[in-house]
Amino acid sequence: MLKQVEGSRAVAEAIALCRPEVVCAYPITPQTHIVEGVGELVKAGTLKDCEFINVESEFAALSVAIGASAAGARAYTATASQGLLFMAEAVYNAAGLGLPIVMTIGNRAIGAPINIWNDHTDSMSVRDSGWIQLFAETNQEAVDLHIQAFRLAELVSCPVMVCMDGFILTHAYERVDVPDQETVDGFLPKFEPVQVLDPAEPYSIGAMVGPDAFSEVRYLAHQKQLEALEKIPEIAAEFESAFGRASGGLLSRYRSDDAETVVVALGSVNGTIKETVDAMRADGHSIGNVSICAFRPFPLAALRDAVQHAKRIVCVEKSLAPGLGGIVASNVRMALRGVDHRVFTVIAGLGGRPISRASLKDVFERAASGELDDVTFLDLNWRVINEQLVRARDIRHSGPIAENVLKALNPGLGAAAK
Amino acid sequence: MIEIRIHGRGGQGVVTGAEMLSVAAFDEGRHAQAFPSFGSERMGAPVVSFCRIDDKEIRLREPIQEPDAVIVQDPTLFHSVDVFSGLKKDGYVLVNSTRGLDALGIAEVARRFPEGHVRAVGATEIAVKHVGRPVPNAALLGSFAAMTGQLKLASVEKAIMEKFPGRIGEANVAAAREAYALAGGK
Repeated sequence: MLKQVEGSRAVAEAIALCRPEVVCAYPITPQTHIVEGVGELVKAGTLKDCEFINVESEFAALSVAIGASAAGARAYTATASQGLLFMAEAVYNAAGLGLPIVMTIGNRAIGAPINIWNDHTDSMSVRDSGWIQLFAETNQEAVDLHIQAFRLAELVSCPVMVCMDGFILTHAYERVDVPDQETVDGFLPKFEPVQVLDPAEPYSIGAMVGPDAFSEVRYLAHQKQLEALEKIPEIAAEFESAFGRASGGLLSRYRSDDAETVVVALGSVNGTIKETVDAMRADGHSIGNVSICAFRPFPLAALRDAVQHAKRIVCVEKSLAPGLGGIVASNVRMALRGVDHRVFTVIAGLGGRPISRASLKDVFERAASGELDDVTFLDLNWRVINEQLVRARDIRHSGPIAENVLKALNPGLGAAAK
Repeated sequence: MIEIRIHGRGGQGVVTGAEMLSVAAFDEGRHAQAFPSFGSERMGAPVVSFCRIDDKEIRLREPIQEPDAVIVQDPTLFHSVDVFSGLKKDGYVLVNSTRGLDALGIAEVARRFPEGHVRAVGATEIAVKHVGRPVPNAALLGSFAAMTGQLKLASVEKAIMEKFPGRIGEANVAAAREAYALAGGK
């Protein structure tokens, strides 16, 4: 049914359609509306036979989901930012134990400095935990990816994170087609666990494994991701035939097949990139876009196929690896090993900074004319940066950086530390 | 594409206003995208929300920099915020106030825009009359529909009822109707 609805609400309705048996809820902005929405659907009786558990922390939220999943229940939770960090140990455990939990990440920056707005640092911090990570470009795709996520998770016995941009998607009202129960039931069979804690036939899950077998267990975790690489396009194709629209998959291409410059990104910024591509195409630029949906497993072959004809690749990334630059670009380079390409990193949208067409057009043009550095930060305010650098150089007790930068931006807040 | 920016103060309902605009546009079969500003939101602090309306899918995710219309929920914002920032030359401005443009100090700015494109409506007073509380959204949306011709009153009413089912919605619909008629809507 077509609706004009908040992204979080649409996702909550999609979760209910997937009939989870245990939902663990702990609030954190910008994810909170999702679990609140699921809670309302449980209370209203729309989602039946579901245990909705208010827990005391994010660590508990995922730990309860782990216990529920190990007992054979379809389990779901959602978090963001510091919440994901707080549950980090459980994140690795869920993957290590092979439990098919689905978790939404309402992507948000990580402090310090504290910041509640969108970027991808949270998801990136656990990219190598063994979870599958899927990034949604629109709220429609967020809905569709959750339905596919349960199917995928249970097929390969691996937890799946569906990442959607905080505020930009979670808080946006837009048109979403929320499917009907019958179609979802036809696509998503009842959960048949490959392992289950059953008092009638007891065994343990979570053995201690020493040096003699640890590498083998870890290899099997890698193998599982490689299996997911095969399954993700198959599930997306089945989804398209069942629901009548394309959603998900490893990646999607937009005017990129003949493009000299290909812009690669994750999540909702691909929409703004597509608008920029259209405008630049109209001006005669040879440019296109590849939107990566599956970041883990990373689609090395599909990406190589999608971009190897290009002269240059620009990765627009909402996260920063300090001391390195771009995480996505590093992965893209891995896909292009042996091919002589320039791969640029544009760090953008950190802590919720808007990413505008004008700024994107500027960096894409500079990439095409060979004027772009390997790592570029979009729209940096060099005045405040240089003031802080000079202050730190000249004064030993130069004070806290974040506060100094705020004061340089807003002189009304008072003078920086001396 | 039409882009609308709503200025208000935290707690006045800029987000709800943008959401209802988008629902009204959706009811008319159009694509719409409403989203909050990406700044600090505190009770009473200046806040902004956005709404885009188009006949095709809206992919753009940047904040609205050059709006076609601006709705100002609180005229005291003129002192601290440039609500006209980036407004297109033939854009619309709707201000919640019972005072004239001269008294609001925006008469000179208003002359830059086509006749009738800058207006004030006492939306808070209309809301107090019908709803019993100073909630100007519904009246502003009714006025906006009449002034710009972009939305039908019936769609605005439907959006209000969807957001506020029951008596509160009905009272808000009454406020929207009065403001629509005041603005010359038929």
